[in-house]
Amino acid sequence: MDMTYTGAEPKVARRKRSAIARYAAPYLFISPWILGFLFFTLGPLVFSLTMSFYDWPVVGERAFVGLDNYKSMLFDDPQFWESLWITVKFAAIYVPFNIVMSFLLAMMLHNITFASGFFRTAFYLPSVISGVALVTIWSWIYSKEYGLLNFMLSLVGIHGPNWLGDPNLAIVAIIIASLWGLGGTMLILLTGLKAIPKELYEAATVSGVPGWAQMLFITLPMLGPMLLFTFITSIISAFQQLTIALLLTKGGPLGSTYFFAMYIYDNAFKYFDMGYAAAGSWVMFIIVLALSLGVMRWSAAWVYYEGEVRQNDGEGHA
Amino acid sequence: MRKTLLYSALILLSALFIAPFYWTFMTAIKSTVDLYQFPPVFWPSEWHWENFAAAWNKQPFGTYLTNSVIVVVFSTIGQLISSSLVAYGFARFRFPGRDPLFIVLLATMMIPWDVKMIPLYMEFNMLGWINTLKPLIVPAYFADAFFVFLLRQYIMTVPMEIDEAARMDGANAFDIYWRIHLPLMMPALVLVGTFHFMNAWNDYLGPLIFLNDQSKYTLTLGLSMFKGLHEVDVTSIAAITVILCLPPLALFFVAQRYIMDGAVGSSVKG
Repeated sequence: MDMTYTGAEPKVARRKRSAIARYAAPYLFISPWILGFLFFTLGPLVFSLTMSFYDWPVVGERAFVGLDNYKSMLFDDPQFWESLWITVKFAAIYVPFNIVMSFLLAMMLHNITFASGFFRTAFYLPSVISGVALVTIWSWIYSKEYGLLNFMLSLVGIHGPNWLGDPNLAIVAIIIASLWGLGGTMLILLTGLKAIPKELYEAATVSGVPGWAQMLFITLPMLGPMLLFTFITSIISAFQQLTIALLLTKGGPLGSTYFFAMYIYDNAFKYFDMGYAAAGSWVMFIIVLALSLGVMRWSAAWVYYEGEVRQNDGEGHA
Repeated sequence: MRKTLLYSALILLSALFIAPFYWTFMTAIKSTVDLYQFPPVFWPSEWHWENFAAAWNKQPFGTYLTNSVIVVVFSTIGQLISSSLVAYGFARFRFPGRDPLFIVLLATMMIPWDVKMIPLYMEFNMLGWINTLKPLIVPAYFADAFFVFLLRQYIMTVPMEIDEAARMDGANAFDIYWRIHLPLMMPALVLVGTFHFMNAWNDYLGPLIFLNDQSKYTLTLGLSMFKGLHEVDVTSIAAITVILCLPPLALFFVAQRYIMDGAVGSSVKG
């Protein structure tokens, strides 16, 4: 890698050494990622695919079973379908809400100058402490008797329900707790809004284009790449939902918040059926991949790439 | 008129986002009497600061804190070094396989953690790393795709002439990385460090799966244990929650300029 030279070295050897160095240098720089990819991504992927074709208990005999894990999951395991359905329901509500609310908040913040830093911080704050702390906070906001939420409801004369104990409401509770962390999405959209050239709006205003049309024909199209990005990352995080449900409801009541990720987790670390769990994780992978590719393909219709972005992108990869 | 409406809405909404924090803090310092009042007490009559110490002593939180700090510090160092090296490699060299490798790198961001969770557990098990902090630290030394992408975008904004001038002066590739790009990348490194810190500090599933001995627990596991053991000990749970929130909040206030400005935007192009 060292391409400096000492004067004593013969010229040819020097040139040869520096040629090798030049060839090897980039690979050396990216080697941490290559090694990490092999050991912590590709290896595990291949391994889990292999496992999914085995009856693979943590201790004891392993046996090749071909597609049996997948077959029994699809045809004989109601829990698979139930947990998948819960996850799909969750994603179908969480993803649009996450994006629409983040967008509305970003629009509001984009249109103010006074105290914008304060409001930005307020909305982003919950994302900073995601995880156990977030769930803990929500667990007593939802408390039936002493909870903040039911107290608020009592102020307007509503007798609050048992949020986490009611199978119909528990999933709503999890969606609200998840949406509390929308600050990251909001920030991405806000930076996207700030990047739209002001001249476009000025020109439109001069030509008498009304506000709603500016929104429809300037803001939304220009924000396209950002919306696409948040759309896909929201889908991925919706399908991986585990921490909140694990801590807030433990999958209950009556399995109403038993997410697909929890189903995989239980198969692996509760029933120690590693092969079956691996098959489940591949089903999730395929679903997420299909959804993401579907969204990307569909987005071709509505995502407009600025020349600048294209160029920037084209520089690095095709 | 419109502005008034806008600000009213913002104040109301931000109150909704802040209220839970306020509530948690107040719960942590309330007396037992205040705690079970209905209607709830929004401004406690007495402030019980000793609740924090009491909660802290109910479990070996000192040990948990040590473990959390070890994980966060060492993994953050690893993440900063490895991601910046890889980003530099991708940003500043042309080499066979670069573009396909970069696409693979981006694609890895789409793999759900669940797919890797089980084999990683077995891999670490074979290495004898289960119930040690290594699974939570070592992978950070092998670069994270998102951070590589972010840092690469940053390096690409630096004119190539600067590198060339340094090369003329006899600097090798590593010198250029170390003495030019690393200092120039500082704002982005602060961002990466902050994000990684928060992820590592808040991580629950990693510790839950890889650790089983209480002496190895991190703070997040300690807090979740509380919920199981002392379901009614609301004050202690709130107190530990407040303590757990403090480091990320402090870091956020120091680094928020980097978080709020450009950097987030530059990470999502394409």
